[in-house]
Amino acid sequence: MTSTLQKPAAAQAKAQAKPGIVAAIPEALRKLHPRHQLRSPVMFVVWVGSLLVTVFAVIEPSVFTVAVALWLGFTVLFANLAEAVAEGRGKAQADSLRKTKKDAVARLVDGDVVPGTELKIGDLVVVEAGEVIPGDGDVVEGIATVDESAITGESAPVIRESGGDRCAVTGGTTVLSDRIVVRITTRPGESFVDRMIALVEGAERQKTPNEIALTILLSTLTIIFLLAVVALQPFAIYSGGEQSVVVLTALLVCLIPTTIGALLSAIGIAGMDRLVQRNVLATSGKAVEAAGDIDTLLLDKTGTITWGNRRATEFIPVGPTSEEELVAAARLASLADDTPEGRSILELAGGRPATEQEKTGEFVPFTAQTRMSGIDLGERVIRKGAASAFELTDTAREVVDEISAQGGTPLVVAENGRVLGIIRLSDVVKPGMKERFAELRSMGIRTVMVTGDNPLTAKAIADEAGVDDFLAEAKPEDKMALIRKEQEGGRLVAMTGDGTNDAPALAQADVGVAMNTGTSAAKEAGNMVDLDSDPTKLIEIVEIGKQLLITRGALTTFSVANDLAKYFAILPAMFAAIYPALGQLNIMRLATPQSAILSAVIFNALVIVALIPLALKGVKYRPSSASALLRRNLLIYGLGGVVTPFAGIWLIDLLVRLVPGIG
Amino acid sequence: MSPLAAGLLQVGILVAALSVVYRPLGDHMARVFTAKRHLRVERVIYRIGRINPDSEQKWSTYAYGVLGFSFVGIVLLYVIQRAQSLLPFDFGRGNVPEGMAFNTAISFVANTNWQSYVPEVVMGHAVQMIGLTVQNFVSAAVGLAVAIALVRGFVRHQTDRLGNFWVDLVRGVTRILLPIAFLGAIVLIAFGVTMSLKSGVDVDGQTVANAPVAGQEVIKELGTNGGGVLNANSAHPFENPNEWTNLIEIFLILVIPVALTRTFGQLVGDKKQGYVLLGVMGVIWTAMLGVIWAAEANGIRPLEGKELRFGIPGSAIFADATTGTSTGAVNSLHDSYTGLGGGATLLNMLFGEMTPGGVGTGLYSILVMAIIAMFLAGLMVGRTPEYLGKKLGRREVTAAAVSILAMPTVLLIGAGIAAILPSTQAALNNPGEHGLSEILYAYASASNNNGSAFAGITVTSDWFQSSLGLCMLFGRFIPIIAVLALAGSLAAQKKVPVTAGTLPTTGPLFATLLTGSIVLVAALTFVPALALGPIAEALL
Repeated sequence: MTSTLQKPAAAQAKAQAKPGIVAAIPEALRKLHPRHQLRSPVMFVVWVGSLLVTVFAVIEPSVFTVAVALWLGFTVLFANLAEAVAEGRGKAQADSLRKTKKDAVARLVDGDVVPGTELKIGDLVVVEAGEVIPGDGDVVEGIATVDESAITGESAPVIRESGGDRCAVTGGTTVLSDRIVVRITTRPGESFVDRMIALVEGAERQKTPNEIALTILLSTLTIIFLLAVVALQPFAIYSGGEQSVVVLTALLVCLIPTTIGALLSAIGIAGMDRLVQRNVLATSGKAVEAAGDIDTLLLDKTGTITWGNRRATEFIPVGPTSEEELVAAARLASLADDTPEGRSILELAGGRPATEQEKTGEFVPFTAQTRMSGIDLGERVIRKGAASAFELTDTAREVVDEISAQGGTPLVVAENGRVLGIIRLSDVVKPGMKERFAELRSMGIRTVMVTGDNPLTAKAIADEAGVDDFLAEAKPEDKMALIRKEQEGGRLVAMTGDGTNDAPALAQADVGVAMNTGTSAAKEAGNMVDLDSDPTKLIEIVEIGKQLLITRGALTTFSVANDLAKYFAILPAMFAAIYPALGQLNIMRLATPQSAILSAVIFNALVIVALIPLALKGVKYRPSSASALLRRNLLIYGLGGVVTPFAGIWLIDLLVRLVPGIG
Repeated sequence: MSPLAAGLLQVGILVAALSVVYRPLGDHMARVFTAKRHLRVERVIYRIGRINPDSEQKWSTYAYGVLGFSFVGIVLLYVIQRAQSLLPFDFGRGNVPEGMAFNTAISFVANTNWQSYVPEVVMGHAVQMIGLTVQNFVSAAVGLAVAIALVRGFVRHQTDRLGNFWVDLVRGVTRILLPIAFLGAIVLIAFGVTMSLKSGVDVDGQTVANAPVAGQEVIKELGTNGGGVLNANSAHPFENPNEWTNLIEIFLILVIPVALTRTFGQLVGDKKQGYVLLGVMGVIWTAMLGVIWAAEANGIRPLEGKELRFGIPGSAIFADATTGTSTGAVNSLHDSYTGLGGGATLLNMLFGEMTPGGVGTGLYSILVMAIIAMFLAGLMVGRTPEYLGKKLGRREVTAAAVSILAMPTVLLIGAGIAAILPSTQAALNNPGEHGLSEILYAYASASNNNGSAFAGITVTSDWFQSSLGLCMLFGRFIPIIAVLALAGSLAAQKKVPVTAGTLPTTGPLFATLLTGSIVLVAALTFVPALALGPIAEALL
């Protein structure tokens, strides 16, 4: 894309939405409302605790009490901040999308003019060059070029025509030429752009199943620690060392999983956001999670695994011709051939551009009658074309048949009527596909290539690309049957599609990614839309889904692992006075009981801020086996979670001990 | 032979004996709960109880069965105790007082066998045999049934049927507990355990209380019950006369919980799944044995509270086995252990009784913990968590969480209140940190359905009788309901196929993860309380 082109909506928004922590502060303060706090049980406990300590700080102010009250308040605020920052990125995207939603006026076929907001499903509207399409719909009459850059960022106009798979138009896009009649297919407020805005804003964000399950686990941990801390008071009284509410609250807040509790919703929002940044819109967070669980990927061969066009892959001379001769002739015959096939022949022949002398030749373009093209260069009449256009020797016939049988396309090259040899055109697997499929395999995902080719050709491509399986001569219903079969075995299936006949399969698949170029039926049926219409993106979507879960798991582990160090900091501080032997547990050599407790509280609050970038970016994901992933994450976030707070609390204590009244 | 060598030899014999029976017993139990045919005696029972043994139950019906059966058991046991004077062999011991009868009824039905009474003074032979011993059999069978129902949840797909509670209960008794107990009793008698209907025996001019010990001793250990026929429990020469009976009793305590891992592996169709659980149980059990043994060997008065005929190793192995299995029988006084050694027996209970845990309860408790561990692990590999081909979603996590929450909740509430009751100080033998250990131990024992007594605390007041009774009740039945609900939601699911992306649950990585989870959950929950009890004691 050159600089003159409009950037995609998402990318545009991204530029505006540098995760501004400062900008998010007002929103973070608004989130202190109890109704909002109740959404996360862990943070609700912190919120109540901070209010409680604040009350004590007002009644009996001391440096220690006020400091604890402040830092508990910060803990709540930092959690709100994380969420506000994550949402802020979405808000900017929503704003830029909203700009595309002009108040279009709809001209109905019967001549009435109504505001775009009053359109009903089934209304027929006329849109002419220069006008904005007032709502989502299908073209029922006419053909037009449409500028969809507002949605996709792609500036090249696309053609939309009635019937077939290119009939869907999106509200907010502009007709550049001609006149079309559109049948409206969505109610106002439920259009594609509306859904997109709601999505990136997180307005309708609901907790996903996995988020709910994790919240239950975190609540369980919170209850356990609440019990442990509440029961500690009678034990302390029994032992003759009653504790203050401030100290007990500080202990509680340090123990409950605040790190993950504070970052959980930011992780979810950021996960959706990462998809949007890749120009993929998911209809729900559930779909993103499901993407991480995919067991089987159905990939269309053409355009996904192979380049859309066939390419020259081999020169096969026949008879007395040498290979050099054939290559030279093939090159000459293709010099003026601007089709992708022609260019690929030039490329395979060495790619040398035409010389001045060669340019004097007379180029003969392809016609349906001759079924060949080529060049007349002096005496030489060089032609290349379909096998049926030439008289072939037996040897040449054999080669042609063999290539056809293998699923390739033979192209015959002849000079002055004498067949020199055959060019093999075949599907070429995109570079790097084999490695990607190997990666997927190591992640436990099976890839199935779907193609209309015969089984022989399909097998050849499948072997070359390294997919695990293929479905040849596939009709839409075969695709559907395959998905059902996989799902019956308990597997989750993902696929991409664009045509109306893909719609049932898209709906059946656990993750159905519709191409934005596709029909509105396809877009309705799938649970994601790829604005770039790039089917290989499915692989990235799977990775984003996995990354989302990994980030949750890693931060939960980190949060729980932190507790060990906090026990070593706080328990001796609380009880060394009654049992001096417990002072031996103060292995960090923290200065005073007050400094120890305060340092743990401060660490607990700061670690939230420190981990906001990780929560937004997601834990690094490298495709590998489940065991390797677990070992790695346990080491980094489990062991790291044990060690980090020892260092952190010790460092903070070095500063805190300098505060008069604490150190 | 040095004590160390003697101890290692005992451990060696124990491990060898367990290895010999591991496969046959484990496979036998798997067959018992999958066999189609009913024994003749079982048919008679089903006919009397008007049970259709071939109809299967939903999880809720299964749970009603467990709860109804246990409730009736509590009522019956209460009535039998309260009406003791009407029964034969009561030796004029009179009716059991209300609070004690309440506590004891729950205690034996909940497979806890916490004893707030002195058996040879309070309970006659009839109550022991038709009341307590019956519950020793059936409460263990209830635990087995619940464990098997949970395993069926993993094994079955897209069904709401978990088997028939009555069939599982009856088979557990007729095909597993009774045959082994019969053989075991004969062996114990051969080695010198007494079996008599007389109230006492004349020894050197003194009357020493006696009872039909062997028959009850064997199920006391085999069913991980622990309630002694005599007050000194397995320290008494009639219950446990020599080092051989000591080893046999330890073997009986461990044999079913250990072999159940094999049963589990058989039923889920992958024996390695069972071995890995056994490995985790074994590692923790052995580590705790090492701690107890070393702590006691290096104590200031190493033999205080221990029987000379068992010595330190024989006491340490027994203590580790009894607290690691929710048995609660004792052959030495845990109250006299060192801070570290006594703390270790306490910690064994706080692990939630899954190393290897009680009959059935050990298996279902460790499976619940595995679900929690796999939930976190699953997230960390980027997939919706799953275990044994079943997804761990909201329902599964909720059920597992409730099951895990029950024990610490009742324990901490009970012990917390007890710690500040003025009457408690009077009930304690020791003040300070050791006194707190005594309180914690009592509530840990009740809430985990262990039943072992640290002793050193008088628990006959109404507060202790009722609060410990409720701890036993909730500590037993809340997890059971949660586990059955869990089984129900697992069985309703489809099976998730194993792919390269599935996290394997048979290797050392999973074993480490599960071990870590068990230790971490117990440590995080109880470290603050332990700090003021055993930890303070041990650091002094």
